[in-house]
Amino acid sequence: MQLLTCPWCGDREEAEFRYGGQAGVPYPADPRALSDAEWGRYLFVRDNPAGPFAERWVHSAGCRRWFTAVRDTVTHEFLREAP
Amino acid sequence: MTADALNGFHLEELPFLTQLSLRAGPGGPAAAAVETALGDPLPAPCTLTRARDADVLWLGPDEFLLLAPPGRQPYLAHELRKAIGPEFASVTDVSAQRTTLDLSGPGVTGVLARGCAIDLDPRVSPPGTCVQTLLARAGVILVVDDPGRIRLLVRPSCAPYLTDWLADASAGA
Ligand SMILES: [Zn+2]
Repeated sequence: MQLLTCPWCGDREEAEFRYGGQAGVPYPADPRALSDAEWGRYLFVRDNPAGPFAERWVHSAGCRRWFTAVRDTVTHEFLREAP
Repeated sequence: MTADALNGFHLEELPFLTQLSLRAGPGGPAAAAVETALGDPLPAPCTLTRARDADVLWLGPDEFLLLAPPGRQPYLAHELRKAIGPEFASVTDVSAQRTTLDLSGPGVTGVLARGCAIDLDPRVSPPGTCVQTLLARAGVILVVDDPGRIRLLVRPSCAPYLTDWLADASAGA
């Protein structure tokens, strides 16, 4: 099984982790000012690169902390992890 | 569950242990106050410290679990809250959240290796190691007390399954 590196716990099996989608999606500064279409884009529309992609992951079966990992979506290689 | 000799190790439940959840940011004034009250520094990631009144298990960068004999909740919680005072931290009685299985014997690590990805070789996981992980797909806190002695903290609803699994895994050991 592939090992992911939790910034706190070190290398653990991938089954201990859950995926949290794209990292760094900013919460709208003024949510009330958004149209329904803009709110929908904030909620559901994400980048989909072929290559390195910054993602949120949570060590759900371990320390239960969220961290950001950069994963290559073509090779599934994890390039780096940080709290 | 009573003491039970399985193939290669001995299994005993340690029920009703005092378990307090401590949330306090490391390096902050609340953590410092707790460390003074306990008489020991809070543990580093994936380890535990054995303080005077309780074992202190690392669960996360700002989360710890205090383990003590049954019935110590009022005393320990009072001492910690008194030490923390107005600082930013929380002490919560979570004694009912998990029960404790005490495993001992030379066959322990070999049986656990059948369902746990943590390397329990003493060179990798020396005594004092404390990790949260999966054992046979059940979430556990695994504490290495000695190379041949391991404590498992598991949710009571998973404990019968886990003991059945341990018996099954040890049968072929
Ligand atoms: Zn972790």
